[in-house]
Amino acid sequence: MSDLIRNIFRLIIFILVQAFVLNKIPHLHRFIVPYLYYLFILWLPFSTPRFALLAIGFVTGLALDYFTMTPGLHTAACVLIAYVRPFIINVLTPKEFTEFNYREPSPRGMGWAPYTVYVLILTLLHHTYLVFLEWLDFGTFLSFLIKVISTTAISMLLILTVELLFPRRLKYRTNTV
Amino acid sequence: MRNIFLFIRRYFVFISFLVFQFIALWMLFTYNRFHTAAYLSVASEVTGHINTQYDKVDDYFHLREENKRVHHMNDSLLNLLHFNFYISDTSKKLVIDSTKYDTLVKFRRYLWREAKVVNNSVASEKNYLQINRGAAQGIKENMAVVNSDGAAVGVVVNTSENFSEVMSLLHIQSRVTASLKKTGDYGTLEWDAQSPYFITLRGISKNIDVKRGDTVVTSMYSYNFPPGLMVGTIANINSDPATGFYDLKVRTAAKFNSIQQVFVIENLQREEQMKLEKDTEKKIEQEKRTTR
Repeated sequence: MSDLIRNIFRLIIFILVQAFVLNKIPHLHRFIVPYLYYLFILWLPFSTPRFALLAIGFVTGLALDYFTMTPGLHTAACVLIAYVRPFIINVLTPKEFTEFNYREPSPRGMGWAPYTVYVLILTLLHHTYLVFLEWLDFGTFLSFLIKVISTTAISMLLILTVELLFPRRLKYRTNTV
Repeated sequence: MRNIFLFIRRYFVFISFLVFQFIALWMLFTYNRFHTAAYLSVASEVTGHINTQYDKVDDYFHLREENKRVHHMNDSLLNLLHFNFYISDTSKKLVIDSTKYDTLVKFRRYLWREAKVVNNSVASEKNYLQINRGAAQGIKENMAVVNSDGAAVGVVVNTSENFSEVMSLLHIQSRVTASLKKTGDYGTLEWDAQSPYFITLRGISKNIDVKRGDTVVTSMYSYNFPPGLMVGTIANINSDPATGFYDLKVRTAAKFNSIQQVFVIENLQREEQMKLEKDTEKKIEQEKRTTR
């Protein structure tokens, strides 16, 4: 399966799961909204051009926004993490390798610790920006802080669970395409 | 000029990032103010069809409650039928209106249309319902929405061809006038985004005797809702020390978690009322200017 088709399928599945499972389950507390859909952006191949990353982030966010009736909210957060992603990957790359052995970020390819840091930074960024935009027209500073921390924690838990449950079959990057 | 192009090429990604951010934020802030977003009607046609598929499954989980509600409604309607009443006074006779249809359309004030909820949320601060009737079926903005029990649910804020979005009472920007059934005093219903079972009624002054369990109904001063529809019962009475008003917690009569069938109510005289209001404002303004 080519990267393009695989990622289109992934986008559809992530958006549907977010809109119809995670947004529908009764929340433990009103602060905690389990977010998972942006994992799609984190899983995009390393070779994605930076402009394409931004455009994909925009489309991903907008797709979810039209389901949740908040046009622009998730879009803004997704574009932000799509912009920051390459910088984080650069920092976390082991310096001795000039090329990646794997096509996309994954715990097996990057190692668990760097991958967790990568996910954590972008998750925190995504949620902070998202909750900040919500906070602009509603809420107190305390609820803002609690919401950022609790949603980040639950998202990390979800992402790590997904990584353990669905280990992706990764192809080694070779010269023979 | 060449430097400008070089600059753009060098910072192309950053500039496009700013452009995307700008578009997103523009959409967000204009939408919050006017509840009409770019391409929303096209998008809600698509999401509407997907939501309908999801809803087909979801329906089965609420069938029992919905059935009970409909039965209850039927019961109250059957009780109103004329054969339930016995006329003891023989000097009067029962005359049945011979016009089978409502020929006096001009005097009809509210028109009810049935609709089905295809998407619903209670978990965020801004909750919307999506219903499977749209502009093609005559749904317009500002129509009132009540559930199959006749309890207030929300107001239509946006329509596409076959679907419309309803701003639920559980929305921090929702403002609906409601009154106490007992005394008729009216106030505004708001939601503080705390719990989907309670909304707040503000603007009832403290000299009115309010008790827990009192019924709150839609106000007769509302342009959208017909008067006397159930909103909820008072669960908690707080008095706001800063003002002369109560801060009443109202337990909603509609169970927002399990809304399936709704009625969309059109106020046929709404446009006339709004026009009168606007004209009055204009007239008063003009008079002020001329007397000055």
